[in-house]
Amino acid sequence: MKNGRLTSSATIGMLLCLTFSLVSCDAPSQTNTKAADYRTIMDTGGSAAGDLGAPVGEPIVATLTSAPNVPPPIDRDTPAKVIVNLEVRELEMPISEGVMYTFWTFGGTVPGSFIRVRQGDTIEFHLANHPSSKMPHNIDLHAVTGSGGGASSSFTAPGHESQFTFKALNQGLFVYHCATAPVGMHVANGMYGLILVEPPEGLPPVDREYYVMQGDFYTVGKYREKGHQEFDMQKAIDENATYVLFNGSEGALVGDNALRANTGETIRLFVGNGGPNLVSSFHVIGEIFDKVFSEGGTHYQENVQTTLVPAGGSAMIEFRVEVPGTLVIVDHSIFRAFNKGALGMIKVDGPEDLAVYTGKEVDSVYLGDKAQDLAIVAEVAAAQSTTGAVTVTQQIAAGEVLFAGTCSVCHQADGSGLATVFPPLANSDFFLSDRTRAIDIVLNGLTGPVTVNGERYDSIMPPMSQLNDDEIANILTYSLNSWGNDSGRVTQDEVSERRASTERTPGAAR
Amino acid sequence: MATIGPGIFHSVISEDEGDNEIDLPVFLLDRRPVTNREFLQFIDTNPEWSRDHVIRLFADTGYLSHWISATELGPDVDAEQPLTHVSWFSATAYCEAKGARLPRWYEWEFAAAADVTRADARDDPIWRQQILNWYATPGGRSLAPIAQRAANFYGVYDLHGLVWEWVEDYNALLVAADSREQGGADKVRFCGAGALSMERKENYAILMRIAMLNSLEAAYTTRNLGFRCAADVLEGA
Repeated sequence: MKNGRLTSSATIGMLLCLTFSLVSCDAPSQTNTKAADYRTIMDTGGSAAGDLGAPVGEPIVATLTSAPNVPPPIDRDTPAKVIVNLEVRELEMPISEGVMYTFWTFGGTVPGSFIRVRQGDTIEFHLANHPSSKMPHNIDLHAVTGSGGGASSSFTAPGHESQFTFKALNQGLFVYHCATAPVGMHVANGMYGLILVEPPEGLPPVDREYYVMQGDFYTVGKYREKGHQEFDMQKAIDENATYVLFNGSEGALVGDNALRANTGETIRLFVGNGGPNLVSSFHVIGEIFDKVFSEGGTHYQENVQTTLVPAGGSAMIEFRVEVPGTLVIVDHSIFRAFNKGALGMIKVDGPEDLAVYTGKEVDSVYLGDKAQDLAIVAEVAAAQSTTGAVTVTQQIAAGEVLFAGTCSVCHQADGSGLATVFPPLANSDFFLSDRTRAIDIVLNGLTGPVTVNGERYDSIMPPMSQLNDDEIANILTYSLNSWGNDSGRVTQDEVSERRASTERTPGAAR
Repeated sequence: MATIGPGIFHSVISEDEGDNEIDLPVFLLDRRPVTNREFLQFIDTNPEWSRDHVIRLFADTGYLSHWISATELGPDVDAEQPLTHVSWFSATAYCEAKGARLPRWYEWEFAAAADVTRADARDDPIWRQQILNWYATPGGRSLAPIAQRAANFYGVYDLHGLVWEWVEDYNALLVAADSREQGGADKVRFCGAGALSMERKENYAILMRIAMLNSLEAAYTTRNLGFRCAADVLEGA
């Protein structure tokens, strides 16, 4: 992946040369030295130039890593025989707090293990399918020149292993995925990863390298509906994703799992998109991409805010961080970030540089509940759904987290509201006097004048029917027990009853 | 055994171009998959098929590996569980010893198209989703005994939701359908090709069964693969 920059005079020269070389197709280098120079600088020669000869030295067993980590850069200048051992496992793992899903994985993780080789390497690929697997699996690596990308040679029954060998003729950052029928289902269950084929001269050194892979997931239940969720084929066909996630679960790159860097460092992200369906508008809030090798190819664009990562494609992105704070990785198709989980973080530590940025940290305004630890929410929801028994204290704890994310933006963290704009909830006569009305307002919103504690408010509260019944019950229970509000409780069943007996506002969720 | 057919089977894979209607003569099908207990009896009277004596060409090293010894089940194996870790060769030998055979693909699918009340439930999305749910569940858990759930329309148990099952012509499926085309046999094996040639594309369970059977060789055994026997109806019987 070489420097693809051209000066304007070189551009004009190149255009002229191409025009001339079209006229005389034989040996353009004889008639036009500028055309030859352009090719030498710009063109890697593709697969025709990718065979760097027979492997040298002893076979190497590839180091594979799990996201977000990558194996160390290749440190040799001759082609080698590289042995890759990748195992397929079908595992039940959390997709979101309190939500379990059966993933099919390469290497036990979603995305699958990261493979790092050098252009010209001969890769002896072993695909093992664990005996506990119910399904056969295979692998199609986009780095493979050959039938099915390897899929026709790696079809493996449970409890067996297949082997095939290929030469990596093209450099680039390539997706691999399972290609067993029905392919969409295998991919939707998490069977994808990245293989990096480094250029012969290697990549320029950077301070941090990370592996981030987006995928869309389809479950029978709604987003964050707790318990074990099944794959929903019809939603996958309709491309109606329930979750859009980085690295296979909602918490994968958030909180303690956030990526790390220090000010002044250069970060390289190996970004993949397994799909199965959605294209990503990949953006990091608070940063600009200094270089984007779009689609994992050889030439880069500079100074990019948001780059497209195709389903079944990749991008290699480099940027330098200058100020401390939390950078937020999103799919800028923004409902995916805030309503389906396509959100990750990079925590940058170091001294402030007020000349570059003076403001507060981003997360207190933007992220709300995304930065909160949702563990208590999940714990309470699990108790609610299994035994039906949950204490008021548990509801309050869960409700506090949810309130912070959704309600505090208007009603404020202390429930005091905003004078003349948003009514208070703390010691609110309107709120405390009618519990059923409170549930209805959260479900269906409220427009028009109301009088709260003697003050008139005339605003719009949007419906929050996208929240689940247990979430609304917990938020209201928290509100009834906070900021001087005495006590009270709303149960999940009460909310279900109101949801069933009232109409949804047009345009509101379900 | 249950008596099934005769009938016209609307297959999702056509034998010849456009010909999806398969004439099935009447046949008999085991109501239940073969169990550990039944196969153990077979081993007792046919010791050449015990795992210590079997010719390696006919069964791989996983053959009957879940039993505690070549001739005993052991405490971790329930006699009434469907037999697994069994190869096509050994399954065929078992059925032949009873004067029977393995079912053929069309026969098996014809019987498996039924749910409890209907002969052909394949258009029911709820029924299809239930089958997909089983396929999506990891296979690590212990197998249930046979006949725990209701029999289907034909009085046959456990065609879905318990184990994959061998058929006599497991390997002939794709060759018959596409062998005229170059690389045709590979087409359904990977990528979206199954969706191109298959009718009723929404019935993904069938595609998954085809994929599963195609990943196998006749000597293979797996933890989630068993079988049952079938038989032809004799004249005058």
